[in-house]
Amino acid sequence: MSSPAVSATHGALDDVTHGGHEHHDDGSKTLLGFWIYLMSDCLIFSGLFATFAVLGNSTAGGPTAKELFELPYVLGETMLLLISSVTFGMAMLSMHAGKKGGVVAWLAVTFLFGAGFIGMEVYEFAKLVHEGAGPSTSAFLSSYFTLVGTHGLHVTCGLIWLVVMMDQIRRFGLTDATQRRLSCLSLFWHFLDIVWICVFTFVYLRGAI
Amino acid sequence: MFGKLTLDAVPYHEPIVMGTLVAVILGGLAMLAIVTKFRLWGYLWKEWFTSVDHKKIGIMYIIVALVMLLRGFSDAIMMRAQQAMAAGESAGYLPPHHFDQVFTAHGVIMIFFVAMPFITGLMNMVVPLQIGARDVAYPFLNSLSFWLFMSGVVLVMVSLFVGDFAATGWLAYPPLSGIKYSPTVGVDYYIWSLQLSGLGTTLSGINFIVTIMKMRAPGMTLMKMPVFTWTALVTNILIVAAFPILTVTLALLTADRYLDMHFFTNELGGNAMMYVNMIWIWGHPEVYILILPCFGAYSEIVATFSKKPLFGYKSMVYATSCIGVLSFVVWLHHFFTMGSGASVNAFFGITTMIISVPTGAKLFNWLFTMYRGRVEYNVPMLWTVGFMVTFVIGGVTGVLMAVPGADFVLHNSVFLIAHFHNVIIGGVVFGVFAAINYWFPKAFGFRLNEFWGKASFWCWLVGFWMAFAPLYVLGLKGMTRRMNHYANPDWQPYLIVAAMGAAVIAVGILCTLVQFYVSIRDRKKLTDPSGDPWGGRTLEWAISSPAPFYNFAIVPQIKELDQFWEDKQNGVAYVQPAKYEDIHMPRNTGVGVVMGAFGTVLGFALVWHIWWMAALGLVGMIAAFIVRAYDRDIDYWVPAAEVEKIERSRHAQLKQFQTTQVAPVAAPQRQKVA
Amino acid sequence: MSGNHSSHDAHHGVEHADHGSTKSYIVGFVLSVVLTLASFGVVMSGKVPHDLMMPGIIVFGVAQLIVQLKYFLHMGLSPSQRGNFAIMLFTLLILAIVVVGSLWVLHNMNVNMMHPTSQMVPVE
Repeated sequence: MSSPAVSATHGALDDVTHGGHEHHDDGSKTLLGFWIYLMSDCLIFSGLFATFAVLGNSTAGGPTAKELFELPYVLGETMLLLISSVTFGMAMLSMHAGKKGGVVAWLAVTFLFGAGFIGMEVYEFAKLVHEGAGPSTSAFLSSYFTLVGTHGLHVTCGLIWLVVMMDQIRRFGLTDATQRRLSCLSLFWHFLDIVWICVFTFVYLRGAI
Repeated sequence: MFGKLTLDAVPYHEPIVMGTLVAVILGGLAMLAIVTKFRLWGYLWKEWFTSVDHKKIGIMYIIVALVMLLRGFSDAIMMRAQQAMAAGESAGYLPPHHFDQVFTAHGVIMIFFVAMPFITGLMNMVVPLQIGARDVAYPFLNSLSFWLFMSGVVLVMVSLFVGDFAATGWLAYPPLSGIKYSPTVGVDYYIWSLQLSGLGTTLSGINFIVTIMKMRAPGMTLMKMPVFTWTALVTNILIVAAFPILTVTLALLTADRYLDMHFFTNELGGNAMMYVNMIWIWGHPEVYILILPCFGAYSEIVATFSKKPLFGYKSMVYATSCIGVLSFVVWLHHFFTMGSGASVNAFFGITTMIISVPTGAKLFNWLFTMYRGRVEYNVPMLWTVGFMVTFVIGGVTGVLMAVPGADFVLHNSVFLIAHFHNVIIGGVVFGVFAAINYWFPKAFGFRLNEFWGKASFWCWLVGFWMAFAPLYVLGLKGMTRRMNHYANPDWQPYLIVAAMGAAVIAVGILCTLVQFYVSIRDRKKLTDPSGDPWGGRTLEWAISSPAPFYNFAIVPQIKELDQFWEDKQNGVAYVQPAKYEDIHMPRNTGVGVVMGAFGTVLGFALVWHIWWMAALGLVGMIAAFIVRAYDRDIDYWVPAAEVEKIERSRHAQLKQFQTTQVAPVAAPQRQKVA
Repeated sequence: MSGNHSSHDAHHGVEHADHGSTKSYIVGFVLSVVLTLASFGVVMSGKVPHDLMMPGIIVFGVAQLIVQLKYFLHMGLSPSQRGNFAIMLFTLLILAIVVVGSLWVLHNMNVNMMHPTSQMVPVE
C-alpha cells in the first residue's frame, strides 16, 4: 500500500497516448453496453415467463393450451427463425471478410425469413382471436399473447433495424460505426432466437403435454 | 379527435388545485419573461439543454429533484394538516378522493422524481471525476435518459391540472388500480410517467456500468476504486436488473386497463397478488438503489472529515456487493400478510434479518473511521452523524418487522410509515444533502454557506423526529396508514405534534433555499481556489473547481487507493506536465430533448386515448433516434493549445493560493518515504 | 505505463475474438435443427412416456440454448468473453429468482388461501 511506487507517477506524464487510446476502445464499450442491455431485456422476458408460469393454468373455463396450439405450425415458425439466425451469421462472416455486397444480400435474406416468421405469428394470433380465444378470454390467454407478442414485437424492431442497417451500409460502407452497429444487431437477433427456444419449450410444448 | 380529453378534465371546482394552477402559471410566465428579457434562451439551449457533459446533466437532475422536493413536500404538509384536523366530528379540509391522490402523488414523486434524480444526478456529477474519465461511456444516451426522465416529470405535473392522478397508493395495487375501480385517467398518468422515466433510468444504469467497467484511469483496479464509485456500480447493476421487472409489471397492468386482459383482475383467472409479488421484486432492490450511493457518499465524507483513510475499505466493498445480491431475495416481507404459508414467510423473514448484517458492518466501519480521527464538523459531516444515529433506529424497527408475527400486527400501520421514512429520510435525504454540501464546490467553484447549512440540518433532524416518533406510537396503538379521517380522539395530539414536526422540516427546507441564495450572493467570499476545499482524498479534488469541461487535462495514473491523498503527501499532487495533448470530446446534441418531447406527447396521448397523437409521438421518437444514427458529426477535438491555456491559468491561480496558505495537513500515523 | 499496455492488449483480444466461420455456423445450425426436432418429437411422436416428456423437452431446450450461445453468440470462457459470461451468469441468477420465486410464492399462497386455480392442480 505504501509509496516507493509514487515516484513513478511522473511516468504518467511522459505517456500521452490517451486521446487516441480512448477513441480506439469505442467498439468494445458499445458491445459491452449492448450486452448489458440484452441482459436487461432478458429480465423483461423473465417477468413475462414468470407471469405465464403462474397464470398458465388459469384458463377460467376457456380453451386450454392443449386445445389451441398446433405444433407443426410452431415447428415451421421455429425453422424460419433458426434459418434467419444462420443467414445473419453469414452476413457477419461477409462483414469480417469486408464484402459489402455480401453483407447487404445476406441481411436481405435474413429480413425475408424474419418477416416470414412475423407473418406466421400474426396469422396464428388472428386465427386464435377468430376462434374466440383472444387475449381477453382468460388470464392464461392474456399471458400467452403478451409473452409471445412481446417476442414478436422484438423481432419487428429487429426488422426495422435490419432495414436501417442495409441502408447505412449501402451509404457509408463498412465503417467502424456500421460494423459496430451490425455486431450489436447480430447479438440482438441471436438473442431473440434464444428467447424463442424458451417460448416453444415452455409455452407450446409444455402446453401440449 | 381528442379521445377522453374534454374541457371538463380541468378541475375548476377544486379551489386548492386552481390556486396552485394560477400560482404555477404566474410563476411560469415570470420565469419565461426573465429568461427572455436577459436573452438566456440561446445560452440555456446551447450550454444546458443540449449538453452531453455529465456534470451539467448531473446538475440539471439535482435542480429538478429540488423543485420536485418542494412539490412532494407540499403534499406531505397537506396530509399532516388533514390528519391533525380530521378527528371525530371534523372532516378536515380535504375530500377523500383528493386526499387519496395526495398521498399517492407524495409517494410517487418522492421516490421517482426526487430521490431517484438526486441519486442519478450525484452519480453523474461524481463518478466520471472519481475514476479519472472525461465523460460517461455514452454521452448522448445520458442526455436522452435525462430528457426521458423529464417527460415523466412533466406528465406528473400535468396530471395536477388536467384530469387527476392515481388514488391508489404509490404502488397502485390492483384490483383497485384496474379499470373497473379506477376508471379515470389517474392510474394512466401514473403508468406512463413511470414507464418513461423508468426507461431513462434503465438506460443510465447501463451507461454507468459501462463507464465504470471500461473507463477507469489506467492502474485503477476494482479494489482501488473510490467507495462512492463502488456503491454507484452496485446501484447501477441493481437498476439494470430490477427496473425491467417494473417495466413488465406496469405493462401488464396497462394491458389490463387498455386491452381488457386479465392478469390482475378478479375474474377470468386473474391474480392480483401476482402484481404485488412482481412490483416488490423491483421495489425492494429499489430502496437499495437509493440508499447505496448515499452510503458511498457518507463513506467519502467520513474519511475526508476524519482525516483518515476509510476503515475497512474491503469490507465496505464486500458488504455493498452482498447487499446488492441479498436485496433480490427479501421482497416478500412487504406482504407477509397476503396468506402464504409458514415456510415462505420464514424464508423471507430470515433473509430480511440477514441483509441487515452487512449494513451493520458498514456502520461500524464509519464509527471506526471516526475513532481517533481529527473529526471536523462541517455541514456534510453533521448530516453524516445525524444519519448514523437516525438510520440505526430505522434499521432496528425494520428488523423488528422482519419477524412475520410482528408484521401481522404492524402491517399497513403508521408504524411502517414511520419505519420507512426513518430509513429514507434518515438515509437517503440526509445523504443527498450531505453529498450536495460536499460536492457543491466541485460543481460551481464555491462552497455553500455553513451557517444556513447547519440551520437546515438541525431543523431537519428535530423536525424528522417530531414528525415520525409520534407515528411509531400511533402505529402500536393500531392506527392504519392513508386515513383521511379517524374516529379515535386519542390519536389527535400525536398527529398535531407530527404536523408541527412537518412544519419544522419545512423551515429546514427553507433554510436550504436561503443557503443557496446566500452562498450565490457571497460566492466571491466562499470561492474555492484550490479545487480541494475539504482536504479530499479522491481524484475529483485534484482538478480545479468548477471542473474543466474535459475533466482531466492528463489522464491520471493510479497506484494507490487514495491516489490524490498520497500525491499530496509526497508533494507531487500539482505537478504541471511538460506538454498537453489534444482531447477528444463528444459534441452537444438536441436529439435527447426532441425525443423527450415526443415521449411527453406519447405519454399524454396514451393517457387520454388520443391514438393519432400517440402514433405521432412514437414515430417521432423512433425517427429522431434513427436520424441521430445517420449523424456522423458527433465529436470534436480540443486543441492542445486550448487545454494548455486553461491549465496554465489554473496553475497560476493555484500558486497564488498556495503562497497565502499553509501546507496541507499530514496524515497522523503515516511515515513518509523519501 | 503498464496499465495502458494491458488495456491495449485487451483491445487486441477483442479484435481477434472468435467470429466463427462458415463451418461453425453450419455445425451450430445442424445441431439446433436436430435438437429442435428432438424437442418437438418428444411431444408429437407419442412414443415417449408421459412422465419423461417434461424432462425431455427441458434437456433438449437447454442443450439448444448452449449450442446457440456457443456457435451463434460465440460465448465462451476466453479472457475477452469472461466479463460478458459473468454478466450472463448474474442475469441467470436474477432470472431464476424471479421465475422460481414467483412460482413458489404464488403457489404457496394459492394453496393456503384455497385460490380456485390451485384446485385444478392436485396438491400434497
